[in-house]
Amino acid sequence: MAAHLSYGRVNLNILREAARKELREFLDKCAGSKAIVWDEYLTGPFGLIAQYSLLKEHEVEKMFTLKSGRLPSADVKNIIFFVRPRLELMDIIADNIISEGKAHSSRDYHILFVPRRSMLCERWLKEQGVLASFTNIDEYILDLIPYDGDLLSMEYESAFRECYLENDQTSLYHTAKGLMTLQALYGTIPQIFGKGDCARHVANMMLRMKREFAGTQNQILPVFDTLLLLDRNVDLLTPLATQLTYEGLIDEIYGITNGYVKLPPEKFAQKKQGEASKDLPTEPKKLQLNSAEELYAEIRDKNFNAVGAALSKKAKIISAAFEERHNAKTVGEIKQFVSQLPHMQAARSSLANHTSIAELIKDITTSEAFFDNLTVEQEFMTGVDTDKVNTYIEDCIAQKDPLIKILRLVCMQSVCNNGFKQKVLDFYKREILQTYGYEHMLTLNNLEKAGFLKTQTGSRNNYPTIRKTLKLWMEDANEQNPNDISYVYSGYAPLSIRLTQVLARPGWRSIEEVLKMLPGPHFEERQPLPSGLHKKRQQGENRTTLVFFLGGVTYAEIAALRFLSQMEDSGMEYVIATTKLINGTTWIKSLMDRPESQMP
Amino acid sequence: MMKSKADEEDYWNSSKFKAFTFDDEDDEFSRLKESKQAVNSIRQLVDDDDDEDDVEKVSWSGEPVGSISWSVKETAASNQRTDREPAFPKITTERPPLNKSQSGLSLSSLFKGGNLTARSLGDTSVRLFAPELRKPKSEYKDFVSDWTPVETVQRLQQGKAVSLEKFRSLQDKLLLLDFAVAAHDGNVITAVTLFTLFTLYGLEVLFRELESRQTALRHFIHYMTETRDQRLLLELLRSGLTWTFNSSSYENKRRDFVKSCLSLPFSPEDSAHVQDHYTLLERQIIIEAADQRAERDGKMEIFQRFPRKAPILNMPLITTLYYCCLYHYNESEGTYSSPLNIRQTFKISEKQYFATVLAARAKLKAWADVDALFTSRNWLGMMKKRSPLSFQRVVDILQKNSAPTQVLQEYVGLVDDAELRISLAQKHKCHDIVINTFRDMKDRQLLMEYRKKVERGSAEEKKIDQLLNNVQIRWKN
Repeated sequence: MAAHLSYGRVNLNILREAARKELREFLDKCAGSKAIVWDEYLTGPFGLIAQYSLLKEHEVEKMFTLKSGRLPSADVKNIIFFVRPRLELMDIIADNIISEGKAHSSRDYHILFVPRRSMLCERWLKEQGVLASFTNIDEYILDLIPYDGDLLSMEYESAFRECYLENDQTSLYHTAKGLMTLQALYGTIPQIFGKGDCARHVANMMLRMKREFAGTQNQILPVFDTLLLLDRNVDLLTPLATQLTYEGLIDEIYGITNGYVKLPPEKFAQKKQGEASKDLPTEPKKLQLNSAEELYAEIRDKNFNAVGAALSKKAKIISAAFEERHNAKTVGEIKQFVSQLPHMQAARSSLANHTSIAELIKDITTSEAFFDNLTVEQEFMTGVDTDKVNTYIEDCIAQKDPLIKILRLVCMQSVCNNGFKQKVLDFYKREILQTYGYEHMLTLNNLEKAGFLKTQTGSRNNYPTIRKTLKLWMEDANEQNPNDISYVYSGYAPLSIRLTQVLARPGWRSIEEVLKMLPGPHFEERQPLPSGLHKKRQQGENRTTLVFFLGGVTYAEIAALRFLSQMEDSGMEYVIATTKLINGTTWIKSLMDRPESQMP
Repeated sequence: MMKSKADEEDYWNSSKFKAFTFDDEDDEFSRLKESKQAVNSIRQLVDDDDDEDDVEKVSWSGEPVGSISWSVKETAASNQRTDREPAFPKITTERPPLNKSQSGLSLSSLFKGGNLTARSLGDTSVRLFAPELRKPKSEYKDFVSDWTPVETVQRLQQGKAVSLEKFRSLQDKLLLLDFAVAAHDGNVITAVTLFTLFTLYGLEVLFRELESRQTALRHFIHYMTETRDQRLLLELLRSGLTWTFNSSSYENKRRDFVKSCLSLPFSPEDSAHVQDHYTLLERQIIIEAADQRAERDGKMEIFQRFPRKAPILNMPLITTLYYCCLYHYNESEGTYSSPLNIRQTFKISEKQYFATVLAARAKLKAWADVDALFTSRNWLGMMKKRSPLSFQRVVDILQKNSAPTQVLQEYVGLVDDAELRISLAQKHKCHDIVINTFRDMKDRQLLMEYRKKVERGSAEEKKIDQLLNNVQIRWKN
C-alpha cells in the first residue's frame, strides 16, 4: 500500500516508517494483550500510516469505537484510548471508566493523545475523578502524514479557523515541529521563503528551534532546496472557486476524506453472470484514491473535459492488450500473456470504476445549475459587476439554495472586489439572516473576521491589478493539452500557485508591488549548511521546493503544482505539504458556527 | 520498562552527573556516528517493507481488509458474539502502579494554589531516530527550580515540572502571560491564563489586562465556550470589553437569553439584527400559541385543509413569512401575524416578499391571489401586470408549486425576450404561446416543425393548420 510513497522525487516512505516505529514503541510500552478504543476521527489519518496487521503484531486483539456507556467486553490486559485532546471526548472516556467500575481491577488503562496531550483534558479527567485510573498518558505526535508520493498533510481540519479566527496559533507550533522532524529526516532546508503572518511565525519558530539544538549539526545531505511557506489568507479566492480537475470535482461533489471517497452505489453494481443479484447494494461504494492506481495517477489532475478522451484511449489500450491472446501462439507467448493477466485485470477494474465516477460527475457538470453557478464565478474572477448586488445570488437565496453555496459566492464576490460597499454588504447580510435564520450572524461575523467579507475602505479595488500582474485570468485556457496552470479552473490561474511559479522564475522581486497588496509580510531566510553538505548540482538537475500551505490547499492547486513539476523547462519539482486538504465547502463549513450545538 | 527508562533519564539529567553529557562541543565524531546509525536504522526499516502492504484485499465497502476502520467494525462485530464476562484470573505479576503525579499536569491543584508537580513523563518518548530531535541543552538542568518566565514557558511546552506559584505579583504574571502568548502554544496560553485568573482578586483586573492581550483573551473565551461557562462569559461581556468578538454570547436561541443580549455592546448593525431576532422570537411565541389553539378548536378551516407540519418556533424570518402567507394571508395589517405587518417590521426586500407570497399562495392554489399580486392600474386606469421578479422566475416558482398549464401560460406570455419565451413555453407545454410567437415571427418552417410535436387532432394542431393556410400572413420562409 505504501509503495507509491517512494516513487516520487522525495522518498516519503522514510517519514511513514518513522511514524510507524513510534507507534510500535508506544504499543510495546503497554505489555500484554490490548484493546484499542478509537476516537473515530483518528482512524482515517492512522489508516494512512498503519494497517491492522501492524497493531495485531503488537498484541492488539480488539478495536472499538469510542462511545458512552460500558466498554464492550474484551479479555485483555490493557485498554488504550486513542483520542484527540477534546473535552467532549474526555467526558466519554470518564463515563467508560466509571461504568467499568471495579469489574477489571487488574486491567490497565492508557490514553494516547493525538497529536498532543493537553493539560486541559487531563484536568478535566481529574475533575471527573478518573485520572488516577490511567497507567500511561502519552502523546503521539502525528504532525505530517504522508498522503501521497508528493503530498503531506497534517489532517488538521480546524487549522485555518484557529489561526485566522480564534487567534490560536497552536497549529503553527505543530507545523514548525513537523518541519523540524522533516528536516531531521531529509536534511536542513537551506532556503526559506514565505508570505503571510502565519508563515512568518512558523519560520521564526523553526529558526528558534534550530538554535535550541545548537551544537548538533544535521549531517544529512539536504533533499529539499527551498521551503515556501504560504498563508492561506494570502489567497482567499482560489478555494472558493469550483475546482474543475477530475480529482477536484470528485472532492467538490462527493468529498474525499483521508484519501477515500464514498460514492452512490448504483453505478457500481457488479453484474456477475449467472447470479441473481438483483438487489442493488445500498451501502455507499468506498474507494481509495491515490497514485498507487496507475490510471488514477494519470487522469486525476486533468481538466474534467479531458478525462473522457483519456478514459476512452485507455479503454482501447486495454482491450487491445486482451486481444493479444489471439496472437499468442507458442507456449512461451501464452505464458507471458498469462503472467500479465492480473495486471490487466486490475487495469480493467480500475477503468470500470473511473468510467462510472466520470459518468456520475458528468451528470452534474452538464446540469443547468452547475453551469449557471460556474458562469457567475467566472464573471467574478474576471471582475464583471462585482460591485453590485448579484441577481443570481439573490435568486439563489430566494430559492433557499444551500447556505454554503450562497456564502461561497458572496465571499468570492467580496474577495474579487476587495470588499463591498456598506450598502451591498448590508443587503446580503440581511437577506441571508432573514432567509436562513438570525443565528447565522455568528457565521457572518466569522467570515468578516477572517477577511472574506468586508467593507471597502477608502482605497480602491486592487484585485484587477493583482489579476493583471499575475495573469490570473487566461482567456484561452487549453483544457485538453494545457500550456498553463489556468487549465485547472478552465481560465483562472490559482493565485497561490502563480506566486510559487514567479518565485522560481524570475523571483519575487519582479512582483514587489503585488506582494505588498496581499496581506502579511514576505521574507527570505537562509539556514547555513555545514560545508560538506553543499550540493554539487549536475547540469540540468532539477531543484526541489517544498510548498507548505498554512490553512489548507485544494486538489486543483496540487494539480497545478504537479503540472509545473512536469513542465520540461521549469527546472523545479514540487513537494506539497498542508495543514489539511480543503475545498470551498469544507473550508466555509469550518468557519461556521452552529449555536444549537452549544445551547446550555 | 517505562519506569526504568525514566530512571535512566533521571540519571543522565540530574545535576549530580552533569560532568558528563553528550553535548560536549568536541564530541563531533560520536555525534556523526550516532546520526549515521539513526539513518541506517531507518533505511533498514524502509527496505524490509512489510509484505502486508503489497497485497491488499478490499471489502465491498472498498476499505482494504485489514485497514484500521475496517478492523474496528470487524472486531466490534465479532465481540458481540462473545459478549460474556471473562473470568479474569487474578495474577499479581503486574507492575506496581506508577507514581500518579507523573500522569498529568494538575491544573486544578494549580488553581487552589497547591504545589505544581508536573509530568516528568512527557519526555520519555523523545524521538531517537534523528540527531536533531535530541533534547536541547536547556533541558538538562531539570531540577533547578528558579525559572525565568521564558524558561517556564519552555518547560510547560515540553510538559515538564514547573511551579507557577513563584510568579506572585501581577506584573510577573502578566510577563509570564506575554511570553506564553509569544510561544504560540495554545496549551500553555490557556494554562497560564487560567492560573492568572484563579490567583487574582476579582475578575475586573484580569479582564482589563486581557483586553490588551487579544490572543490570551481568545484562548480564554474558547476555554469558556468549551466548558460552557455561560456565567463567566456573560460576566466578561458585561464588563464592556470593546473587542470585536461579540458572538459567543449569542449561542442561546431562547428569547430571554437573546433579550439579555440586547444590552450588550454589539456593533450598530449587529445590534439591529439582534433586536430583529428578539422581535421575531417574541412574535413566533404569540403566533404559535394562538394557532395551536385555533388548530385544536377547529375553528379555522385552513388548518384542517392544510395541517401544520411543525411549530413555527425558531424558524427563520422568511419561513415565518411563508407560514403567515399560508395561514394568515388576509389579516389586517394590525396583527402580529399579518404578512404585511411582518414585511414592514423587518424591512423585507420587495423581491423576497414577492417570491415568498407567490410561493405560498400558489401552494394553496389561490390563483386569484396570485393574479392580484401582479395587477396594478396605470394612470389611465388600465390593468397591467407588473412584477419585481423576472417573469421567468415567476413561472419557475409557479411550476415548482405545480400550477396548471393555463396559469403558467399566462405568465410565460409575459416574458419579454422572445427566445426565452419560446423555450419556457416549450418546456411547460404552453402550445398557444409557441404558436403565437412563431406566427409573430412569421416563421413558417418552425411552425411546421412544431406541428409534429403537438398531439394529432388536437386544438393546437387545428390552430397551426389554420395559420398555415392563412394567405394573409406573409411568411418569411
